[in-house]
Amino acid sequence: MFDHAGRIVSVAQKEHRHIHPRPGWVEHDPEEIWSNVQQVVHQALHDAGLQPRDLAALGIANQRETTIVWERESGRPVHQAINWQDTRTEGLLRQLAASPGADRTRELSGLPLASYFSGPKLRWLLDNVPGLRERAAAGDLLFGTMDSWLIWRMTGRHLTDVTNASRTLLMNLHTLAWDDELVELLGVPPGMLPEIRPSAEVYGEARGELAGVPIAAALGDQQAALFGQTCFDVGDAKCTYGTGSFMLLNTGQRPVRSERGLLTTVCARVGDEAPTYALEGSIAVTGSLVQWVRDNLELIGSAPEIETLARTVEDSGGCYFVPAFSGLYAPHWRSDARGVITGLTGYITKAHLARAVLEATAWQTREVLDAMTSDAGIELSTLRVDGGMTANNLLMQFLADVLNVGVVRPIVAENVSLGAAYAAGLAVGFWESREELRANWHIAAQWLPNMEPDRRDRGYRKWCKAVERSVGWLDEDDEV
Amino acid sequence: MPGRIQSIERAAAILRLLSGRSRQLGVVDLSDELRLPKGTVHGILRTLQHVGFVEQDPQTGKYRLGAALLHMGSSYLDGNELRTRALNWSDSLAARTQEEVRLGTLHEGRVLIVHHVFRPDDSLQTLDVGTLLPAHATALGKVLLASHPHVAEELIEAGMPRYTEMTITDPDRLRRELERVRERGWAAEAGELDPLRASIGAPITDRTGRTAGAMGIFGAPQRLFTSGAPRPELLTHVREHARAVSHELGAIPW
Repeated sequence: MFDHAGRIVSVAQKEHRHIHPRPGWVEHDPEEIWSNVQQVVHQALHDAGLQPRDLAALGIANQRETTIVWERESGRPVHQAINWQDTRTEGLLRQLAASPGADRTRELSGLPLASYFSGPKLRWLLDNVPGLRERAAAGDLLFGTMDSWLIWRMTGRHLTDVTNASRTLLMNLHTLAWDDELVELLGVPPGMLPEIRPSAEVYGEARGELAGVPIAAALGDQQAALFGQTCFDVGDAKCTYGTGSFMLLNTGQRPVRSERGLLTTVCARVGDEAPTYALEGSIAVTGSLVQWVRDNLELIGSAPEIETLARTVEDSGGCYFVPAFSGLYAPHWRSDARGVITGLTGYITKAHLARAVLEATAWQTREVLDAMTSDAGIELSTLRVDGGMTANNLLMQFLADVLNVGVVRPIVAENVSLGAAYAAGLAVGFWESREELRANWHIAAQWLPNMEPDRRDRGYRKWCKAVERSVGWLDEDDEV
Repeated sequence: MPGRIQSIERAAAILRLLSGRSRQLGVVDLSDELRLPKGTVHGILRTLQHVGFVEQDPQTGKYRLGAALLHMGSSYLDGNELRTRALNWSDSLAARTQEEVRLGTLHEGRVLIVHHVFRPDDSLQTLDVGTLLPAHATALGKVLLASHPHVAEELIEAGMPRYTEMTITDPDRLRRELERVRERGWAAEAGELDPLRASIGAPITDRTGRTAGAMGIFGAPQRLFTSGAPRPELLTHVREHARAVSHELGAIPW
């Protein structure tokens, strides 16, 4: 819950289960998530001593691409939600890639044909859960991403926001409607798709715990963070550093088609305004590498201790760590890559390794930023950052050094939630304009580049060589 | 299995006796209690003194636990960990008070800044994480000294530098001030380090009830103080936010 100045009033959170039925499969329980949402809403209100009537509006930000199918009549999910990280559709995608029109997905949807997105997950459910295709064709089933599921539960309406829809591989990026060609390519009954709505408008009034509160926004989490960071202008960019990292660059009303392996996605659409677009680069392993060092190598007792350890040395001692644990994402998209630690000598200690772990996050950001600059023809002046890893000062300084741009952390770290609140507040007139939101944005910390250009260039050259050593590791007959 | 080393067992017995008393003990007290020759006790004490585990009072000649040992026992939460856990609440404190926020821990008698949030007015500011501030002339320092009296005594012994007319340099005045900080659960100063600056701080307590650090705001005296005292609403924010971080560390169930 946020107040008019964009300050946190109360925070409630609850983890839900990751279900791993098989290697590479990741599922969530939609009923558990719905139950947790109700609990945290109750808790947040309770902690602040407030009632639902005190709320101006509610906005939703959700992990994107997670796919749910449920019964129109009973509201019961027919299967666990398939999480965005789930890779079960890879075989299916190889088939689809051979279909006519498969090369058109980038042009139509802004996305490559990849396991990440909702469309293939939906198709997998239709192909693999007995009876599903027939029931879907008969109009008994509904599809949605997490925003749709929650809005359905809260208001009874079946809709999705345009940013979430832009991650399905089913939406045409230019018309912002379900694309006949893509729907046909993926073989999905159009009747089960939700209505695509703007990111900020009143979808309806909540029932139950929040009775009477307008549900007024939905955004994918990364788009919500961009909104929370008030990156409203062309050339504004943010990177969220969590277990993985996501960098988005606002390209305004122009969808930029990437030549460098980035995604083109909808930034946001507020009411009847024209939509804005973004280029997105995702990095699979950043914070999770620190967790890996903690849990699998046991070099540190807690994630923040990585900074303590890394600070005991001046540099990585020439050691580079490419964490391609499940291949490389943007800008390489090499699923045959696997992790490497290179540049090892007898001199390297665990402290150098800790440093290389942190530096890997910065170098990966540099690769994505270079791709964005080249695709969009926009030079970044400042990178806005958020997420848990921004507490790491050593990393933030190194990031500024290798990107050679200023890095700023805004005063509210919870930008995903804030973005959802901002969009909802705009929709109901709680805030009048984006200008008002910009005035709420303040710098909490800033790191300025302070590295010799020569050292930066040499470091990046070595990083690129390290990446070369990670790709092509998997062979045809390797079991993945 | 190798045998136990008698002198280490005896040293441990001495340390245990010293830790169990608030008063100091002399060689005679210890040798009586442990039924050991005075010469043996004296030798062990000299060795413990050498490694910093005990200290001898210069006036009475009696012994007490040394600072090095106390530091070991109260090993502070890693500063980077503290920053990570405090991130949301320190942002919130800066937003609420419109002032700069810092988190500090004790480091060799001074305040090590482990986290810094800019004053939210978008003026040009520089991160000063890693710098050291004098403990006796800042609110954060007083909070930390109040819960680590042995460090305060060391500081008093070493002499407290004067920065402004307001700086506390008199040992008894500092002791009284720290007593008040302990009672109230917060500290404040206006112009004691810099005539144009003031600070208000409160302790962050960890799971074991130890003071893990201090969190506070820094700003112009006229903004932080009114009629010689910290502004009540600012003080409340500082205390509530420090409490929220303590809660985050698992200290206070609420």
